[in-house]
Amino acid sequence: MSDTSFQMDPQPSAWQRFKDSHFFHSFKIDRVAQLSFLIFITYVILALGAPLLSPYDPYDLSQVDILDSEIPPSWEEEGDERFYLGTDAQGRDMLSTILYGTRVSLTIGICAVLLQAFLGIVIGLTAGYVGGRVDSLLMRFADIQLSFSTMMVAIIVLAVFQATFGTELYQDLAMIMLILVIGIAEWPQYARTIRASVLAEKKKEYVDAARVMGFGRLRIMFRHILPNTLSPILVISTVQVANAIISEASLSFLGLGMPVSQPSLGSLISSGFEYIFSGSWWITVIPGVVLVVLVLVMNLLGDWMRDVLNPKLYKG
Amino acid sequence: MIAFFIKRFFQAVVVMFVISLISFSIQDNLGDPLRELVGQAVSEEERQALRDEMGLNDPFLVQYVRFAKNALQGDLGESYFFKEPALEVILNKFPATLELVIGATFIIVLFSVPLGVYSAIKPQSVFSKAVMGFSIVGISIPVFLTAIGLIYLFSIELGWMPSYGRGETVEILGFWESGFFTQDGLEHLILPCFTLASIMLPLFIRLIRAEMMEVLQSEYVKFAWAKGISPRRIYFLHALKNTMLPVITVGGVQIGTMVAYTILTETVFQWPGMGFLFLEAVNRVDTPLIVAYLIVVGAIFVVTNTLVDLIYGLVNPTVKLAGR
Amino acid sequence: MALLEVKDLEVCFGLRSGAVKALREINFSLERGERLGIVGESGAGKSVLGFSILNLISRPGYISKGAVNFEGQNLADLKPHQLREIRGNRISMIFQDPMMTLNPVLTIGQQMVECLLAHRKMRESDARKIALQKLQQVQIPSPETRLDQYPHELSGGMRQRIVIAIGLLLDPDVIIADEPTTALDVTIQAEIMDLMLNLCEQNNVALILITHDLGVVSEVTQNMMVMYAGRVIERGPTKEIINDPQHPYTQGLMNALPQMAQAGQKLNQIKGAMPPLQRIPTGCAFNPRCEYVMEICRHNLPDSTVSGNCRVACHMVAEMKREQAMGDEV
Repeated sequence: MSDTSFQMDPQPSAWQRFKDSHFFHSFKIDRVAQLSFLIFITYVILALGAPLLSPYDPYDLSQVDILDSEIPPSWEEEGDERFYLGTDAQGRDMLSTILYGTRVSLTIGICAVLLQAFLGIVIGLTAGYVGGRVDSLLMRFADIQLSFSTMMVAIIVLAVFQATFGTELYQDLAMIMLILVIGIAEWPQYARTIRASVLAEKKKEYVDAARVMGFGRLRIMFRHILPNTLSPILVISTVQVANAIISEASLSFLGLGMPVSQPSLGSLISSGFEYIFSGSWWITVIPGVVLVVLVLVMNLLGDWMRDVLNPKLYKG
Repeated sequence: MIAFFIKRFFQAVVVMFVISLISFSIQDNLGDPLRELVGQAVSEEERQALRDEMGLNDPFLVQYVRFAKNALQGDLGESYFFKEPALEVILNKFPATLELVIGATFIIVLFSVPLGVYSAIKPQSVFSKAVMGFSIVGISIPVFLTAIGLIYLFSIELGWMPSYGRGETVEILGFWESGFFTQDGLEHLILPCFTLASIMLPLFIRLIRAEMMEVLQSEYVKFAWAKGISPRRIYFLHALKNTMLPVITVGGVQIGTMVAYTILTETVFQWPGMGFLFLEAVNRVDTPLIVAYLIVVGAIFVVTNTLVDLIYGLVNPTVKLAGR
Repeated sequence: MALLEVKDLEVCFGLRSGAVKALREINFSLERGERLGIVGESGAGKSVLGFSILNLISRPGYISKGAVNFEGQNLADLKPHQLREIRGNRISMIFQDPMMTLNPVLTIGQQMVECLLAHRKMRESDARKIALQKLQQVQIPSPETRLDQYPHELSGGMRQRIVIAIGLLLDPDVIIADEPTTALDVTIQAEIMDLMLNLCEQNNVALILITHDLGVVSEVTQNMMVMYAGRVIERGPTKEIINDPQHPYTQGLMNALPQMAQAGQKLNQIKGAMPPLQRIPTGCAFNPRCEYVMEICRHNLPDSTVSGNCRVACHMVAEMKREQAMGDEV
């Protein structure tokens, strides 16, 4: 330990510290990460601004004319200038439905992951910090939960729910149900990682120090241990949002997710699928590309963060 | 070995008990069997009488025991739609789904091991980077989109492959309708199998690569190099055998995902398997069929997890199940 | 001609931030049957040196300069398959932690037999016989059953005996032992060390013993080298260095040894820590910690000077030698 490390530097601002960090430095030299981040931010802005940006309101049936149905994108020969990306089978403007669909998909993805993170962090912290029987019981539970895959659980729960309460009520509650199901099914991902970090952190001196100073368990967990588990949480969250969006899309495709009246990207693709055979490719392909690009940039960001924040992978 | 199976058996009993409980409560709450049986035109008194007679007014526990007794004898009720025993309907579709899974597994194993190993050994090569790029794109495309893409390209645009159904099948062993033995059947299998493999393949390539890279850094691999043995033996015996341990575990966990994705794949390709049937049953509120599907899937879970544990025990000498 | 001769060896690690030199200007030679000790703190480059002799440094490390001549052949220039014939056969290694060295999923027998089959044309059954013989040599109880056991079924001491048996399997000329007893229980360390030394002596094997334990080195080696921050700062006959260390760092190491101090005397530890490879100071790498530091030490890297039978890389020693020579002339 060199002597200089004991001198107190004047506390730099949070922004300054961020700018000097390894994290930011790696970002500055990685083109893929920058591009992915840029695209992701664009998606977020488009999703937030969907009501302002879309030329039509896809939820407003009075704006829809069935005679406008299946018009190809405007650059195609039979395209119509009013509808830049064409229209779907009901005559809705594709650009508007895609903007709204992205909004729905991102909302569900992010909310579901927030729920996962909340459950996972609480359970993981408890298991790791309390240890003993509580730990083994919770982790056993996590194992079982994981072995029944999310998709399987979601399909069954949603199918039963839909069958029990009928399609109409289901459509009203679809978004909440999706968030709940995807959120609850994936908590072990977080719990396991948090638990592992807690076990590693628990051994370190500062936790002992905090305990000696008489801080309570909860305070130690949330104020001292949790901040040190932030990097794995950040890495998982990115990938998990991507996974949640895929899950949501898949469920919607099966007709167990968002209804056509309030479409997500998945239900848009689903509703266009039957028209692909008659040549109306854009109803499926365009939202498909939008979905894949969104998920891809999130996965790329997740991979990049894993490389940067987890130097374990790069031991020489 | 015997202890292992006894332990496994009890686990299986517990799992099946939980599944049967869930299934039964679904059956209890879902739809009204009376309406399915007698229609709407029957008066309320007659309904109540019928309910009593059928035991629908008995306490939950009594009803569950009756259900479990019948279930143990293979009687899961009659499908409302097919008017046939639900279990039979499901099991008739079992070969189609299993063949789909076998085909996909074959593709996954065939490609993931060499590609994962290669990209771990030569992480800087252009080919490895291409493989990694492909795999991250692969995990970003939902199964149903892959399916749609393949159909659009190979069936609609190129016209090389059939887009739906199982094609021509032959009966083998007296009860198994197989598509493996006719050219038409195989052609119909190709797209669905690649679709089902498409989500797992990138996952396994990445997993094998990551594990292999870690193993290659290990002391025992360095020691093997210091012993002067051939690279092939180091990569494919010393390193790969250790790499496969976590891969087998993850593989076991992924079986559930695989079953779920058969539902998606079968839906897009209208593949006459259990998953497609299940989704139809959901849409028709065909409760006995839904219940039968859940129980069959539960059984598949138990069997495959036992198999995975067995394989793991055979590969990993630190796990004792054979009692050597 | 020496059996093994390392000449001006330099090893670099290519990191994202640029290449870092892990070893610089390493020179030494080893005769048949000789025992050479390499000492230094962890991170000084001892292990890297051990691995670089067999060109076994893993990426991103590579030999950037110099030669490792084994019987006149430069190992750094050999093709992979030629190197493979040397590894484990003519020069073998014993690693630090026997818990990690043996492959957990292969039997002891498999791991021994494969080594024999890789270097000699023989039948598997004959290879097994040789393996059995070697296991007897390292005094393992009931060796037949061991051959079919997996590493996890054996204790640490037992495993290290097996690693030694594998090292001796093909009667090599040189064994490089990298901290062979550090990971073991204190109670069996001496036993394993004795066993290894005896077997080396019986078979006339030259031994390079890498360790941070000056006591062991002083007891068992004929020659030794002291490393600091990737360089050899002092080398020569063990007796002379132990009795009269010249480099301030070596002196510091000696003063920190309990057995060198007199009763009641306080042990002197060297202040500070060795710098990481990316931040080696200019001039002599030891200068921030050296109590005799001079202005020149902060700017110029000291060359190695002959002092008696030893070579020392220190400005102070060099100056003393110069003054001595001038004094002799006058």
